[in-house]
Amino acid sequence: MRRTALYDQHVAAGARLVDFGGWDMPVNYGSQIEEHHAVRRDAGMFDVSHMCAIDLRGAGTRVLLARLLANDIGRLTVPGKALYSCMLRADGGVIDDLIVYFLDEHWFRLVVNAGTAEKDIAWIREQARPAGVSLTPRRDLAMVAVQGPQARTKVLPLLPPACQAGASGLGIFFGTPCGEWFVARTGYTGEDGFEIMLPAGEAMAFWNALQSAGVRPCGLGARDTLRLEAGMNLYGNDMDEGVSPLESGLAWTVVLDGDRDFIGKAALIAERSTGPARKLVGLLLLERGVLRSHQRVVADGADSGEVTSGTFSPTLERSIGFARVPVATRDSVHVDIRGRLMPARVVKPPFVRNGKIMVEL
Amino acid sequence: MSEVPGDLRYTKSHEWVRTLPDGSVEIGITDHAQSALGDLVFVEVPQTGRLVAAGDACAVVESVKAASDVYSPLGGTVLAGNESLATQPELINQDPYGQGWILRLKPTDAGGSAELQDAAAYAAEVAGD
Repeated sequence: MRRTALYDQHVAAGARLVDFGGWDMPVNYGSQIEEHHAVRRDAGMFDVSHMCAIDLRGAGTRVLLARLLANDIGRLTVPGKALYSCMLRADGGVIDDLIVYFLDEHWFRLVVNAGTAEKDIAWIREQARPAGVSLTPRRDLAMVAVQGPQARTKVLPLLPPACQAGASGLGIFFGTPCGEWFVARTGYTGEDGFEIMLPAGEAMAFWNALQSAGVRPCGLGARDTLRLEAGMNLYGNDMDEGVSPLESGLAWTVVLDGDRDFIGKAALIAERSTGPARKLVGLLLLERGVLRSHQRVVADGADSGEVTSGTFSPTLERSIGFARVPVATRDSVHVDIRGRLMPARVVKPPFVRNGKIMVEL
Repeated sequence: MSEVPGDLRYTKSHEWVRTLPDGSVEIGITDHAQSALGDLVFVEVPQTGRLVAAGDACAVVESVKAASDVYSPLGGTVLAGNESLATQPELINQDPYGQGWILRLKPTDAGGSAELQDAAAYAAEVAGD
Protein backbone atom coordinates (compact mmCIF):
# COMPACT_ATOMS: atom_id res chain seq x y z
CA MET A 1 0.00 0.00 0.00
CA ARG A 2 1.28 3.49 -0.85
CA ARG A 3 1.68 6.17 1.79
CA THR A 4 1.67 9.93 1.47
CA ALA A 5 4.26 12.24 3.04
CA LEU A 6 1.73 12.86 5.85
CA TYR A 7 1.16 9.21 6.78
CA ASP A 8 2.98 9.48 10.13
CA GLN A 9 0.86 12.54 11.02
CA HIS A 10 -2.31 10.57 10.37
CA VAL A 11 -1.20 7.63 12.50
CA ALA A 12 -0.10 9.91 15.34
CA ALA A 13 -3.47 11.69 15.22
CA GLY A 14 -5.30 8.38 15.65
CA ALA A 15 -6.72 8.20 12.15
CA ARG A 16 -8.65 5.16 11.01
CA LEU A 17 -6.91 4.22 7.77
CA VAL A 18 -8.43 2.61 4.70
CA ASP A 19 -7.25 1.47 1.30
CA PHE A 20 -8.25 4.17 -1.17
CA GLY A 21 -7.11 3.49 -4.73
CA GLY A 22 -4.08 1.62 -3.42
CA TRP A 23 -3.21 4.32 -0.87
CA ASP A 24 -3.36 3.98 2.90
CA MET A 25 -5.51 7.02 3.67
CA PRO A 26 -7.33 8.43 6.73
CA VAL A 27 -11.11 7.90 6.57
CA ASN A 28 -11.61 9.81 9.82
CA TYR A 29 -9.74 10.94 12.93
CA GLY A 30 -12.53 9.99 15.32
CA SER A 31 -15.75 11.59 14.16
CA GLN A 32 -16.52 12.02 10.50
CA ILE A 33 -19.56 14.16 11.31
CA GLU A 34 -17.59 16.61 13.46
CA GLU A 35 -14.98 16.86 10.71
CA HIS A 36 -17.76 17.59 8.23
CA HIS A 37 -19.16 20.38 10.41
CA ALA A 38 -15.67 21.86 10.89
CA VAL A 39 -15.45 22.42 7.14
CA ARG A 40 -18.96 23.88 6.85
CA ARG A 41 -18.51 26.18 9.85
CA ASP A 42 -14.79 26.92 10.23
CA ALA A 43 -11.88 25.21 8.48
CA GLY A 44 -10.73 21.66 7.87
CA MET A 45 -7.83 20.12 5.97
CA PHE A 46 -7.48 17.00 3.88
CA ASP A 47 -4.39 15.16 2.77
CA VAL A 48 -5.12 14.63 -0.91
CA SER A 49 -1.58 13.72 -1.90
CA HIS A 50 -2.88 10.48 -3.38
CA MET A 51 -4.27 12.51 -6.25
CA CYS A 52 -1.75 12.99 -9.02
CA ALA A 53 -0.55 16.26 -10.51
CA ILE A 54 0.73 15.90 -14.06
CA ASP A 55 2.65 18.64 -15.82
CA LEU A 56 2.29 18.92 -19.57
CA ARG A 57 4.86 21.07 -21.29
CA GLY A 58 5.59 22.03 -24.87
CA ALA A 59 4.31 24.21 -27.66
CA GLY A 60 1.65 21.68 -28.63
CA THR A 61 0.03 21.37 -25.19
CA ARG A 62 -3.06 23.45 -25.85
CA VAL A 63 -3.74 21.62 -29.10
CA LEU A 64 -3.31 18.29 -27.33
CA LEU A 65 -5.73 19.26 -24.54
CA ALA A 66 -8.29 20.52 -27.03
CA ARG A 67 -8.40 17.00 -28.42
CA LEU A 68 -8.09 15.16 -25.07
CA LEU A 69 -10.74 16.98 -23.02
CA ALA A 70 -14.52 17.18 -23.43
CA ASN A 71 -14.57 20.67 -21.97
CA ASP A 72 -13.10 23.40 -24.14
CA ILE A 73 -9.54 24.33 -23.22
CA GLY A 74 -10.20 27.49 -25.26
CA ARG A 75 -12.11 28.74 -22.22
CA LEU A 76 -8.75 29.12 -20.48
CA THR A 77 -7.51 32.49 -21.69
CA VAL A 78 -6.12 33.99 -18.47
CA PRO A 79 -3.01 32.37 -16.90
CA GLY A 80 -3.84 30.66 -13.62
CA LYS A 81 -7.42 29.82 -14.59
CA ALA A 82 -8.65 26.27 -13.96
CA LEU A 83 -11.14 24.15 -15.86
CA TYR A 84 -13.01 21.00 -14.78
CA SER A 85 -13.36 18.40 -17.50
CA CYS A 86 -13.92 14.78 -18.35
CA MET A 87 -11.44 12.86 -20.46
CA LEU A 88 -13.33 10.46 -22.70
CA ARG A 89 -12.83 7.28 -24.67
CA ALA A 90 -13.84 7.32 -28.33
CA ASP A 91 -17.19 5.75 -27.36
CA GLY A 92 -17.91 8.57 -24.90
CA GLY A 93 -17.17 6.58 -21.72
CA VAL A 94 -15.46 8.61 -19.00
CA ILE A 95 -11.79 7.71 -18.48
CA ASP A 96 -11.49 10.22 -15.64
CA ASP A 97 -12.57 13.64 -14.47
CA LEU A 98 -9.85 16.17 -13.76
CA ILE A 99 -8.90 19.77 -13.24
CA VAL A 100 -6.54 21.48 -15.63
CA TYR A 101 -4.69 24.69 -14.74
CA PHE A 102 -3.43 27.00 -17.49
CA LEU A 103 -0.08 28.27 -16.23
CA ASP A 104 1.46 29.54 -19.46
CA GLU A 105 1.17 28.65 -23.14
CA HIS A 106 3.81 25.96 -22.71
CA TRP A 107 2.74 24.64 -19.33
CA PHE A 108 -0.56 23.18 -18.18
CA ARG A 109 -1.01 21.18 -14.98
CA LEU A 110 -3.61 18.43 -14.63
CA VAL A 111 -4.83 16.94 -11.35
CA VAL A 112 -6.32 13.47 -11.74
CA ASN A 113 -7.83 10.88 -9.41
CA ALA A 114 -5.62 8.48 -7.45
CA GLY A 115 -7.16 5.23 -8.62
CA THR A 116 -7.04 6.20 -12.29
CA ALA A 117 -3.68 8.01 -12.39
CA GLU A 118 -1.66 5.23 -14.02
CA LYS A 119 -4.34 4.59 -16.62
CA ASP A 120 -4.64 8.33 -17.32
CA ILE A 121 -0.90 8.77 -17.71
CA ALA A 122 -0.69 5.89 -20.19
CA TRP A 123 -3.63 7.31 -22.16
CA ILE A 124 -2.28 10.86 -22.24
CA ARG A 125 1.23 9.65 -23.20
CA GLU A 126 -0.23 7.82 -26.16
CA GLN A 127 -1.81 11.06 -27.41
CA ALA A 128 1.03 13.36 -26.33
CA ARG A 129 3.94 11.69 -28.09
CA PRO A 130 2.98 12.68 -31.65
CA ALA A 131 2.08 16.16 -30.38
CA GLY A 132 5.58 16.75 -29.01
CA VAL A 133 4.30 17.37 -25.51
CA SER A 134 6.25 16.16 -22.49
CA LEU A 135 4.43 14.64 -19.55
CA THR A 136 5.73 14.64 -15.98
CA PRO A 137 3.77 13.03 -13.12
CA ARG A 138 4.56 15.11 -10.02
CA ARG A 139 4.74 12.43 -7.35
CA ASP A 140 7.34 14.66 -5.67
CA LEU A 141 4.50 16.98 -4.59
CA ALA A 142 2.18 16.58 -1.62
CA MET A 143 -1.32 18.04 -1.84
CA VAL A 144 -3.33 19.54 0.99
CA ALA A 145 -6.88 20.90 0.64
CA VAL A 146 -7.90 23.46 3.26
CA GLN A 147 -11.61 24.20 3.07
CA GLY A 148 -14.22 26.17 4.97
CA PRO A 149 -15.34 29.76 5.57
CA GLN A 150 -12.20 30.46 7.65
CA ALA A 151 -9.82 28.46 5.46
CA ARG A 152 -8.25 31.27 3.48
CA THR A 153 -7.76 33.48 6.52
CA LYS A 154 -6.02 30.66 8.36
CA VAL A 155 -3.88 29.49 5.45
CA LEU A 156 -2.53 32.78 4.11
CA PRO A 157 -0.06 33.65 6.92
CA LEU A 158 1.31 30.10 6.82
CA LEU A 159 2.25 30.16 3.15
CA PRO A 160 5.84 30.91 2.11
CA PRO A 161 6.20 34.72 1.81
CA ALA A 162 6.62 34.39 -1.94
CA CYS A 163 3.13 32.84 -2.21
CA GLN A 164 1.14 35.15 0.03
CA ALA A 165 0.41 38.07 -2.26
CA GLY A 166 -0.51 35.87 -5.18
CA ALA A 167 -2.66 33.56 -3.05
CA SER A 168 -4.57 36.36 -1.33
CA GLY A 169 -5.55 37.87 -4.68
CA LEU A 170 -6.71 34.61 -6.27
CA GLY A 171 -10.15 34.57 -7.86
CA ILE A 172 -12.38 31.53 -7.53
CA PHE A 173 -11.07 28.67 -9.67
CA PHE A 174 -7.65 30.25 -10.19
CA GLY A 175 -4.25 28.96 -9.12
CA THR A 176 -0.79 30.45 -8.85
CA PRO A 177 2.63 28.80 -8.85
CA CYS A 178 5.17 30.28 -6.45
CA GLY A 179 8.57 28.60 -6.39
CA GLU A 180 7.98 24.89 -5.93
CA TRP A 181 4.58 25.54 -4.35
CA PHE A 182 1.26 25.94 -6.10
CA VAL A 183 -1.81 27.47 -4.47
CA ALA A 184 -5.28 27.24 -6.02
CA ARG A 185 -8.66 28.53 -4.91
CA THR A 186 -10.40 25.28 -5.71
CA GLY A 187 -11.87 22.41 -3.75
CA TYR A 188 -14.31 19.55 -3.48
CA THR A 189 -16.54 20.58 -0.59
CA GLY A 190 -18.76 23.46 -1.72
CA GLU A 191 -16.88 25.83 0.58
CA ASP A 192 -14.26 28.45 -0.15
CA GLY A 193 -10.64 27.49 0.42
CA PHE A 194 -7.37 26.48 -1.13
CA GLU A 195 -5.80 23.40 -2.60
CA ILE A 196 -2.07 23.58 -2.08
CA MET A 197 0.66 21.56 -3.76
CA LEU A 198 4.07 21.65 -2.14
CA PRO A 199 7.30 19.64 -2.06
CA ALA A 200 6.60 16.42 -0.13
CA GLY A 201 9.45 17.18 2.27
CA GLU A 202 7.74 20.39 3.42
CA ALA A 203 4.31 18.85 3.89
CA MET A 204 4.72 17.77 7.52
CA ALA A 205 5.73 21.24 8.76
CA PHE A 206 2.92 22.89 6.82
CA TRP A 207 0.33 20.39 8.12
CA ASN A 208 1.49 20.90 11.70
CA ALA A 209 1.36 24.68 11.32
CA LEU A 210 -2.20 24.48 9.98
CA GLN A 211 -3.20 22.27 12.88
CA SER A 212 -1.69 24.77 15.34
CA ALA A 213 -3.74 27.50 13.64
CA GLY A 214 -6.91 25.55 14.44
CA VAL A 215 -7.49 23.84 11.11
CA ARG A 216 -9.05 20.45 11.83
CA PRO A 217 -7.66 17.34 10.10
CA CYS A 218 -10.47 15.68 8.14
CA GLY A 219 -10.59 12.26 6.54
CA LEU A 220 -11.92 10.98 3.26
CA GLY A 221 -15.22 10.12 4.97
CA ALA A 222 -16.02 13.79 5.54
CA ARG A 223 -14.67 14.62 2.10
CA ASP A 224 -17.29 12.28 0.64
CA THR A 225 -20.25 13.71 2.59
CA LEU A 226 -19.10 17.26 1.79
CA ARG A 227 -18.74 16.65 -1.94
CA LEU A 228 -22.11 14.91 -2.08
CA GLU A 229 -23.83 17.81 -0.33
CA ALA A 230 -22.04 20.11 -2.78
CA GLY A 231 -23.46 18.11 -5.70
CA MET A 232 -20.09 17.00 -7.02
CA ASN A 233 -19.57 13.68 -8.75
CA LEU A 234 -17.13 11.02 -7.62
CA TYR A 235 -15.36 9.09 -10.35
CA GLY A 236 -15.99 5.35 -10.05
CA ASN A 237 -19.32 5.93 -8.28
CA ASP A 238 -21.23 8.43 -10.36
CA MET A 239 -19.48 7.89 -13.67
CA ASP A 240 -16.93 5.55 -15.19
CA GLU A 241 -15.88 4.18 -18.57
CA GLY A 242 -19.30 2.58 -19.06
CA VAL A 243 -21.32 5.82 -19.09
CA SER A 244 -21.14 9.13 -20.90
CA PRO A 245 -20.99 12.53 -19.22
CA LEU A 246 -24.45 13.26 -20.66
CA GLU A 247 -25.88 10.52 -18.42
CA SER A 248 -23.76 11.64 -15.46
CA GLY A 249 -25.04 15.16 -14.85
CA LEU A 250 -21.95 16.53 -16.58
CA ALA A 251 -23.39 17.90 -19.83
CA TRP A 252 -22.40 21.36 -18.56
CA THR A 253 -18.74 20.34 -18.82
CA VAL A 254 -18.98 19.17 -22.43
CA VAL A 255 -18.63 21.59 -25.35
CA LEU A 256 -20.08 19.99 -28.47
CA ASP A 257 -20.66 23.13 -30.50
CA GLY A 258 -17.98 24.52 -32.77
CA ASP A 259 -15.25 22.99 -34.91
CA ARG A 260 -13.09 21.63 -32.12
CA ASP A 261 -12.82 17.86 -32.41
CA PHE A 262 -12.13 15.84 -29.29
CA ILE A 263 -11.97 12.18 -28.45
CA GLY A 264 -15.54 11.02 -27.80
CA LYS A 265 -17.22 13.97 -29.55
CA ALA A 266 -18.80 11.92 -32.35
CA ALA A 267 -20.28 9.47 -29.84
CA LEU A 268 -21.74 12.28 -27.72
CA ILE A 269 -23.24 14.03 -30.75
CA ALA A 270 -24.92 10.76 -31.72
CA GLU A 271 -26.17 10.32 -28.16
CA ARG A 272 -27.47 13.87 -28.04
CA SER A 273 -29.36 13.44 -31.32
CA THR A 274 -31.32 10.44 -30.03
CA GLY A 275 -31.43 11.86 -26.49
CA PRO A 276 -29.64 10.18 -23.58
CA ALA A 277 -31.67 7.33 -22.06
CA ARG A 278 -30.80 8.15 -18.47
CA LYS A 279 -29.91 11.10 -16.30
CA LEU A 280 -28.17 11.58 -12.99
CA VAL A 281 -30.36 13.23 -10.37
CA GLY A 282 -30.14 14.19 -6.73
CA LEU A 283 -32.29 12.31 -4.21
CA LEU A 284 -33.53 13.36 -0.81
CA LEU A 285 -34.77 10.45 1.28
CA LEU A 286 -38.06 11.33 2.99
CA GLU A 287 -37.87 8.77 5.80
CA ARG A 288 -35.28 7.43 8.19
CA GLY A 289 -32.57 5.38 6.56
CA VAL A 290 -29.50 5.95 4.45
CA LEU A 291 -29.13 5.85 0.67
CA ARG A 292 -26.13 3.78 -0.44
CA SER A 293 -24.51 3.04 -3.81
CA HIS A 294 -26.21 0.33 -5.88
CA GLN A 295 -29.60 0.48 -4.15
CA ARG A 296 -32.41 -0.03 -6.63
CA VAL A 297 -34.52 2.99 -7.54
CA VAL A 298 -38.15 2.34 -8.44
CA ALA A 299 -40.52 4.75 -10.20
CA ASP A 300 -44.01 4.07 -11.55
CA GLY A 301 -43.89 0.50 -10.30
CA ALA A 302 -40.95 -0.52 -12.47
CA ASP A 303 -37.27 -0.87 -11.69
CA SER A 304 -35.82 2.22 -13.12
CA GLY A 305 -32.42 3.02 -11.83
CA GLU A 306 -29.72 2.82 -9.26
CA VAL A 307 -28.26 4.96 -6.53
CA THR A 308 -24.70 5.85 -7.55
CA SER A 309 -23.68 7.65 -4.34
CA GLY A 310 -25.53 7.93 -1.08
CA THR A 311 -24.86 9.06 2.43
CA PHE A 312 -26.22 10.66 5.55
CA SER A 313 -25.96 14.41 5.15
CA PRO A 314 -24.72 15.96 8.40
CA THR A 315 -25.91 19.42 7.32
CA LEU A 316 -29.43 18.33 6.33
CA GLU A 317 -29.62 15.56 8.95
CA ARG A 318 -31.27 13.51 6.23
CA SER A 319 -30.02 11.02 3.72
CA ILE A 320 -29.08 12.31 0.27
CA GLY A 321 -27.65 10.77 -2.84
CA PHE A 322 -27.33 10.68 -6.59
CA ALA A 323 -29.12 8.15 -8.78
CA ARG A 324 -29.01 7.29 -12.46
CA VAL A 325 -32.62 7.01 -13.65
CA PRO A 326 -34.55 7.09 -16.96
CA VAL A 327 -34.86 10.63 -18.36
CA ALA A 328 -38.64 10.50 -17.96
CA THR A 329 -38.36 10.14 -14.17
CA ARG A 330 -40.38 12.87 -12.44
CA ASP A 331 -40.05 14.24 -8.94
CA SER A 332 -40.71 11.24 -6.77
CA VAL A 333 -39.29 7.72 -6.62
CA HIS A 334 -38.87 4.87 -4.15
CA VAL A 335 -35.56 3.35 -3.16
CA ASP A 336 -35.15 -0.26 -2.10
CA ILE A 337 -33.34 0.01 1.22
CA ARG A 338 -32.67 -3.35 2.74
CA GLY A 339 -35.86 -4.78 1.27
CA ARG A 340 -38.12 -1.85 2.07
CA LEU A 341 -39.31 0.66 -0.52
CA MET A 342 -38.71 4.10 0.93
CA PRO A 343 -39.96 7.33 -0.68
CA ALA A 344 -37.44 9.85 -1.97
CA ARG A 345 -37.78 13.16 -3.75
CA VAL A 346 -35.83 14.02 -6.88
CA VAL A 347 -33.99 17.30 -6.32
CA LYS A 348 -31.53 19.40 -8.22
CA PRO A 349 -28.07 19.44 -6.60
CA PRO A 350 -26.27 21.07 -4.90
CA PHE A 351 -27.84 20.22 -1.56
CA VAL A 352 -25.55 22.65 0.30
CA ARG A 353 -23.35 25.49 -0.92
CA ASN A 354 -21.24 27.82 1.23
CA GLY A 355 -22.84 26.51 4.41
CA LYS A 356 -26.41 27.08 3.20
CA ILE A 357 -29.04 24.44 2.52
CA MET A 358 -30.11 24.75 -1.12
CA VAL A 359 -32.98 22.22 -1.29
CA GLU A 360 -36.40 22.27 0.28
CA LEU A 361 -36.60 19.78 3.16
CA MET B 1 -7.01 -0.13 21.57
CA SER B 2 -10.70 -0.69 22.17
CA GLU B 3 -12.22 -1.17 25.58
CA VAL B 4 -13.45 -4.65 26.64
CA PRO B 5 -15.02 -4.58 30.14
CA GLY B 6 -14.27 -7.69 32.15
CA ASP B 7 -17.76 -8.22 33.57
CA LEU B 8 -19.57 -8.70 30.23
CA ARG B 9 -19.97 -11.58 27.79
CA TYR B 10 -19.40 -11.23 24.07
CA THR B 11 -20.30 -12.65 20.66
CA LYS B 12 -18.11 -13.11 17.62
CA SER B 13 -20.38 -10.61 15.85
CA HIS B 14 -19.36 -7.89 18.36
CA GLU B 15 -22.40 -7.70 20.64
CA TRP B 16 -22.01 -7.56 24.42
CA VAL B 17 -24.32 -8.99 27.09
CA ARG B 18 -24.70 -7.78 30.68
CA THR B 19 -26.66 -9.91 33.16
CA LEU B 20 -28.73 -7.67 35.44
CA PRO B 21 -29.57 -8.59 39.07
CA ASP B 22 -33.12 -9.70 38.15
CA GLY B 23 -31.80 -12.19 35.58
CA SER B 24 -32.71 -10.08 32.54
CA VAL B 25 -29.93 -9.08 30.15
CA GLU B 26 -28.85 -5.85 28.49
CA ILE B 27 -27.39 -6.02 24.99
CA GLY B 28 -25.35 -3.58 22.93
CA ILE B 29 -22.48 -3.44 20.47
CA THR B 30 -18.85 -3.30 21.53
CA ASP B 31 -16.44 -0.39 21.47
CA HIS B 32 -14.57 -2.15 18.69
CA ALA B 33 -17.79 -2.40 16.65
CA GLN B 34 -18.79 1.26 17.09
CA SER B 35 -15.31 2.39 16.19
CA ALA B 36 -15.30 0.28 13.03
CA LEU B 37 -18.75 1.56 12.02
CA GLY B 38 -17.93 5.22 12.58
CA ASP B 39 -20.53 7.83 13.54
CA LEU B 40 -23.93 6.22 14.05
CA VAL B 41 -26.80 8.08 12.37
CA PHE B 42 -29.82 5.77 12.80
CA VAL B 43 -30.66 2.96 15.16
CA GLU B 44 -33.70 0.73 14.90
CA VAL B 45 -34.53 -1.05 18.16
CA PRO B 46 -36.98 -3.98 18.52
CA GLN B 47 -40.54 -3.64 19.82
CA THR B 48 -41.19 -4.54 23.44
CA GLY B 49 -42.71 -8.00 23.70
CA ARG B 50 -41.08 -9.33 20.53
CA LEU B 51 -39.77 -12.90 20.75
CA VAL B 52 -36.28 -13.35 19.39
CA ALA B 53 -34.19 -16.48 18.92
CA ALA B 54 -30.45 -16.52 19.54
CA GLY B 55 -28.77 -15.29 16.36
CA ASP B 56 -31.82 -13.37 15.09
CA ALA B 57 -31.28 -9.91 13.66
CA CYS B 58 -33.00 -7.86 16.37
CA ALA B 59 -31.82 -4.30 15.68
CA VAL B 60 -30.17 -2.26 12.95
CA VAL B 61 -27.37 0.21 13.49
CA GLU B 62 -26.63 2.50 10.61
CA SER B 63 -23.51 4.64 10.46
CA VAL B 64 -22.17 7.15 7.95
CA LYS B 65 -20.42 4.16 6.42
CA ALA B 66 -22.81 1.21 6.48
CA ALA B 67 -25.93 -0.42 7.88
CA SER B 68 -25.38 -3.47 10.10
CA ASP B 69 -27.69 -5.92 11.79
CA VAL B 70 -27.35 -6.51 15.48
CA TYR B 71 -27.79 -10.20 16.29
CA SER B 72 -29.40 -11.23 19.54
CA PRO B 73 -26.82 -13.20 21.53
CA LEU B 74 -29.62 -15.03 23.36
CA GLY B 75 -33.20 -16.08 22.79
CA GLY B 76 -35.93 -14.41 24.81
CA THR B 77 -38.59 -11.75 25.04
CA VAL B 78 -37.73 -8.09 24.44
CA LEU B 79 -38.37 -6.09 27.61
CA ALA B 80 -37.33 -2.74 26.16
CA GLY B 81 -35.50 -1.05 23.34
CA ASN B 82 -33.38 2.00 24.13
CA GLU B 83 -35.67 4.78 22.91
CA SER B 84 -33.02 7.47 23.47
CA LEU B 85 -31.17 6.12 20.45
CA ALA B 86 -33.92 7.37 18.13
CA THR B 87 -32.78 10.96 18.67
CA GLN B 88 -29.25 10.31 19.94
CA PRO B 89 -27.71 7.45 17.98
CA GLU B 90 -24.31 8.90 18.90
CA LEU B 91 -24.76 7.51 22.43
CA ILE B 92 -23.48 4.23 20.99
CA ASN B 93 -20.28 5.97 19.87
CA GLN B 94 -19.87 7.88 23.10
CA ASP B 95 -20.79 5.20 25.63
CA PRO B 96 -21.19 1.81 23.97
CA TYR B 97 -21.37 -0.17 27.24
CA GLY B 98 -23.56 2.32 29.13
CA GLN B 99 -26.06 4.80 27.71
CA GLY B 100 -25.59 3.20 24.30
CA TRP B 101 -27.29 -0.07 25.26
CA ILE B 102 -29.67 -1.25 22.52
CA LEU B 103 -32.17 -3.66 24.10
CA ARG B 104 -33.11 -5.53 27.26
CA LEU B 105 -34.21 -9.12 27.06
CA LYS B 106 -35.79 -11.70 29.37
CA PRO B 107 -33.80 -14.74 28.31
CA THR B 108 -35.57 -18.02 27.67
CA ASP B 109 -32.61 -19.90 29.11
CA ALA B 110 -31.33 -18.26 32.29
CA GLY B 111 -27.83 -19.74 31.98
CA GLY B 112 -27.41 -18.99 28.28
CA SER B 113 -24.96 -16.15 28.59
CA ALA B 114 -22.41 -18.37 30.34
CA GLU B 115 -21.83 -20.06 26.98
CA LEU B 116 -20.78 -16.78 25.33
CA GLN B 117 -17.15 -15.62 25.15
CA ASP B 118 -15.66 -13.91 28.17
CA ALA B 119 -13.74 -10.64 27.92
CA ALA B 120 -10.32 -12.29 27.53
CA ALA B 121 -11.48 -14.43 24.62
CA TYR B 122 -13.21 -11.49 22.91
CA ALA B 123 -10.22 -9.17 23.43
CA ALA B 124 -8.01 -11.80 21.81
CA GLU B 125 -10.39 -12.07 18.88
CA VAL B 126 -10.46 -8.31 18.35
CA ALA B 127 -6.68 -8.10 18.60
CA GLY B 128 -6.44 -10.62 15.77
CA ASP B 129 -8.72 -8.59 13.45
